[in-house]
Amino acid sequence: MMQRDIKRLSLILLFAPFALWILLLIILPHLGMFYISLREKVGPRMYEFGLENYINFFTEPIYWNTLIRTGSMSLLVTVLALLLGFPIAYYIAKIAGNRTRGALFLMCLIPLWVSDLIRAFGWILLLRETGIISSSLQWAGLINTPIEFLYNDATVIMGLVYTVILFMIVPLVSTLDGMDDAMIEAGYNLGGNGPTVLRRIIIPYAMPGIVSGCIVVFMLTAGSYLTPILLGGKNSSWFTEQIYDQFITRYNWESGAAFGFLLLAFTSLVVWGGLKLSGQTLNSTVARS
Amino acid sequence: MAIKPNTAFLASYRIYVGLFFVFLAAPLVAAGVFAFNDSLFPSLPWQGFTLDWFFNDSEPKLGMFHDRRLLRGLYYSFVIASFVSLLSVFVGTCNAFLFVRCKFPAKDFFYIMMVLPLVIPGVILGISILLLASNIANGAEEALSLDLDFLRPGIVLVVLGQFSFITTITSLVIIARLRKFDASMEEAAYNLGASRARVLRTITLPFLFPAMAAAGIVAFLVSFENFNTTLFLVGSEAPLTITMYDRMVKVGSTPVLNAVSFFLMIGSALLALVSILVQRDKPQT
Repeated sequence: MMQRDIKRLSLILLFAPFALWILLLIILPHLGMFYISLREKVGPRMYEFGLENYINFFTEPIYWNTLIRTGSMSLLVTVLALLLGFPIAYYIAKIAGNRTRGALFLMCLIPLWVSDLIRAFGWILLLRETGIISSSLQWAGLINTPIEFLYNDATVIMGLVYTVILFMIVPLVSTLDGMDDAMIEAGYNLGGNGPTVLRRIIIPYAMPGIVSGCIVVFMLTAGSYLTPILLGGKNSSWFTEQIYDQFITRYNWESGAAFGFLLLAFTSLVVWGGLKLSGQTLNSTVARS
Repeated sequence: MAIKPNTAFLASYRIYVGLFFVFLAAPLVAAGVFAFNDSLFPSLPWQGFTLDWFFNDSEPKLGMFHDRRLLRGLYYSFVIASFVSLLSVFVGTCNAFLFVRCKFPAKDFFYIMMVLPLVIPGVILGISILLLASNIANGAEEALSLDLDFLRPGIVLVVLGQFSFITTITSLVIIARLRKFDASMEEAAYNLGASRARVLRTITLPFLFPAMAAAGIVAFLVSFENFNTTLFLVGSEAPLTITMYDRMVKVGSTPVLNAVSFFLMIGSALLALVSILVQRDKPQT
């Protein structure tokens, strides 16, 4: 009997911090955000309930265009990160020798610990009109006038891929690392060529890693703020910028909350769709530890 | 080696991998190198080596260690990161015992709830916590004329906002370690007559310690570099990333920002190295 009481007590004691954390910092704030997004300021301290903030979003093309633009560019970034990152992960997990493997993996992790701000700052120094690339090209005589590489969509996408690609590579390496080389050899012995082995054996095996990487990368890209603004300039039209604008510049928290909720709904929908399409669950991908 | 592709393919593959790492390093090198350029602008041409951007004590080349605002930012970042790290390791350890050791209904559901903060955009975490805290503070002021200052944007909210998603990271790290624990070690201690508290103190916690230390370091680093969540919760005590961003947008880039970048890169590289070293399993004896 005593033993059972101790068990229950320790369960309650262990559950309390978890419950406080999730309830007070995740569930209640999001319910509150949804609640506030449903009201509209009609005068000082006067509110009316309704869908006005959401109707505003759909009737003002600049708002939903920004969300669509953010979403489609984030998808593009996710695909690019997967295509560029997969060969790197495969190289680290399967081709590199034992010693280089650890070193390469560490080199992948080091930029992970450098803030987005510093990485964007580095790109600015490289790419701006008076930057390293422009002045090197001038010095080499390839161009006559300085070139501005910043403030266009291609640079924003490049910068975003740079910022998030490590979150693609790390789960891929850990998945591919657990794959038995004999499986690949068996594929070759059965007469498969490179592309067949890749498509029929390696990719299905790596699927949890691929999905996990894609979810995290998409979410980070859609929610990113610094990279689009610093590399894309004031007209980068990123959705998080609209949210910031509503909150800080216009002080319209009701509409900002609605925008926040829309971004959350949109990213959750894409993540959910990705999980359904690939037949994975959140537990089998992101939560794998 | 798994596959034996032809040499031309392997060579171009190697070149691709090499180019990729150049791509990874390029902006970091650019951000670091100009900290040592003896010029007022972080751009070419190279004007010679200097340490002024770290140590010089007067304008126009005010070094980072004499720049009051940057030092204050560094101090606030340090305070915030320490609190976040301690809190999130504590809750992360509780979560590890909860999810690895305990049986309770709807455990899978709660596990997903635990992972969820990692897939919520940081901006959303920031604004939702800001909204809730401000509403509570407004309500308390109107109804009870209580002034709940800590619920206004400031250091407490920044700590809570960062804690809200960093705890997921620390929990996952510590859970992974606790899963590897061999329960027979605890049983042996119980059989020898040890109490629960003593088993926890002398066997289980020492086993978990490397993961707790590594999780703490990761939490510290993630907190230090966080921007998105912090942006909405920050008050007058701005941490370093916010101070740097302000300076970048308002003043434009000056080499003192390169000096801070260099300093931060070295600092986080060292901490990351420590976290890897403490987590490495000691050879079994």
